Amino acid sequence: MAVISRGFFGRKREENPELPPGQYLTEDFPVLSAGPTPVVDLADWTFSIQTESGEVHAWNWEQLNALPQEDIHTDIHCVTRWSKLGTTWSGVSLDTLFAGVDTTNAYVMVHSYGGYTTNMPLADLMDGKAWIATSFEGEPLDPEHGGPARLLVPHLYFWKSAKWVHGLRMVATDDPGFWEQNGYHIYGDPWLEQRYW
Amino acid sequence: MSARVDGNALAGILSEYFRLDTTSAIVQCSGCGTRAALARELVYPDPMGFVVRCERCEDVLMIVVDAPGGAWLDLRGVDGVQFRG
Amino acid sequence: MVETRIQTPSARSIQLDVPGWPGNIAGQHLDVRLTAEDGYTAVRSYSIASVGDGERIELAVDRLPTGEVSPYLVEELRAGDQLEVRGPLGTYFVWHPTDTAPVQLIAGGSGIVPLMAMIRSHETSGSTVPFHLLYSVRSPRDVFFADELRALAESPHLRVTYVYTRQAPPDWPIAPARITTAAIAADAFSREENPVAFVCGPTGFVETVADIMVGLRIFAPLTIKTERFGGK
Ligand SMILES: Cc1cc2nc3c(=O)[nH]c(=O)nc-3n(C[C@H](O)[C@H](O)[C@H](O)COP(=O)(O)OP(=O)(O)OC[C@H]3O[C@@H](n4cnc5c(N)ncnc54)[C@H](O)[C@@H]3O)c2cc1C
Ligand SMILES: [Zn+2]
Repeated sequence: MAVISRGFFGRKREENPELPPGQYLTEDFPVLSAGPTPVVDLADWTFSIQTESGEVHAWNWEQLNALPQEDIHTDIHCVTRWSKLGTTWSGVSLDTLFAGVDTTNAYVMVHSYGGYTTNMPLADLMDGKAWIATSFEGEPLDPEHGGPARLLVPHLYFWKSAKWVHGLRMVATDDPGFWEQNGYHIYGDPWLEQRYW
Repeated sequence: MSARVDGNALAGILSEYFRLDTTSAIVQCSGCGTRAALARELVYPDPMGFVVRCERCEDVLMIVVDAPGGAWLDLRGVDGVQFRG
Repeated sequence: MVETRIQTPSARSIQLDVPGWPGNIAGQHLDVRLTAEDGYTAVRSYSIASVGDGERIELAVDRLPTGEVSPYLVEELRAGDQLEVRGPLGTYFVWHPTDTAPVQLIAGGSGIVPLMAMIRSHETSGSTVPFHLLYSVRSPRDVFFADELRALAESPHLRVTYVYTRQAPPDWPIAPARITTAAIAADAFSREENPVAFVCGPTGFVETVADIMVGLRIFAPLTIKTERFGGK
């Protein structure tokens, strides 16, 4: 059995009944680093949605910023057990981006600059549940935290909110992404504590 | 620059599952073909798992996740592994 | 845990008695796991400063102000406390007393720890292979194992050179500065001697030094072994 380390409390954290099970409150914003931070020039940046017919809907940085912007107040929950309450973001709703997209596929594979992928049902991106976020606490999103733009799907564990998002591909089946292929849950609901499968 | 370390740092987690020291094994990158001891590759110790990248081309070589039921070892970018006794 | 000793204003060495410890070779590390009462755990790697057989081992830890584990090990841990360790680990960043190539060691801050094990192994084995240590520290007060290094540097087979990055001793000929190509070139062996190198410290330091060394063309790239401790 584990030896309890007398006097060790770890990084400051509090249990809070309003948090999903097994989560602790944190004040800072830990940075997870699965690789080098991709350098994306805004002049070259694009976001696209590709459907099963091969049709591609793409936006450059200016076009994305010309779309209606929403402010988002939300809690975020990382599978490594920290949660952060009352964060503020702004960005474009996926409802807006999907307005002209014709698809019958029910699942999405998210692709990022740098090669990261993550999967989810399309339904989880619709109806005001997900955004392409470009600012955090009133400032342009820091590259460390996924800037220029990251997906924000706060009702799922935060690895689903892909940093450096580059595009979505509509797919027929819920195939696992980068972490989902390595033991992490295919869906990742923090309230059901779906950490691993 | 990110907070990366050397492949050598994997010795602990892998020793739970392999009897030989795997960090002296030679791995070949499927991206650029470089062969190097695992201990020389770049490791990003993400709290979700170790992501091992080729020291030369930075492509993902392998991913090690210390899941509660047992570790996951994903050799997605490795063409071959040679163990040295 | 048996006792701790102050090494620098921010670092301590820690002596551990590990029942069943199989002994270790110079350069190996171990993983320390801390567990809080509520089950929260944190694991970090630490190099082993001691070498050889015996169940008493030594670590040396530098306290990072914002760190989770290092402040605990430096400030909180007391004699009699138990620590969970896994090791010895690693067979790559190691030096064997039977190795014959001249050895260039380059340490930044706490990166001295595994290199200290190599120096101790070199001394106790009676090896006459030439060792050069280039040790980058913020100031004279930040030298780990200072007395022991001073004594060991009396050996004709070990040369120790310091690089001070913030504050040098009063009579020091060089103004404090980051490690330079010139400092590394001045300490290096010649290419004909076929030296090997071990470079250890914070990730940024190791990457800077390794790039300089590759550029010097004294060392074949595969003979430069690195141990990045993390950080920028
Ligand atoms: C193989 C190996 C051997 C090691 N041996 C030693 C050793 O002998 N002695 C020793 O003191 N440390 C050693 N380290 C580093 C050690 O494992 C921890 O990373 C270090 O003690 C910091 O842990 P922490 O929990 O206090 O900080 P964390 O809470 O993990 O980090 C706090 C902040 O400090 C930064 N940071 C993390 N590590 C470093 C670093 N090394 N330098 C500068 N900034 C950093 C992080 O990016 C973060 O911003 C070794 C690392 C490896 C991989
Ligand atoms: Zn490669």
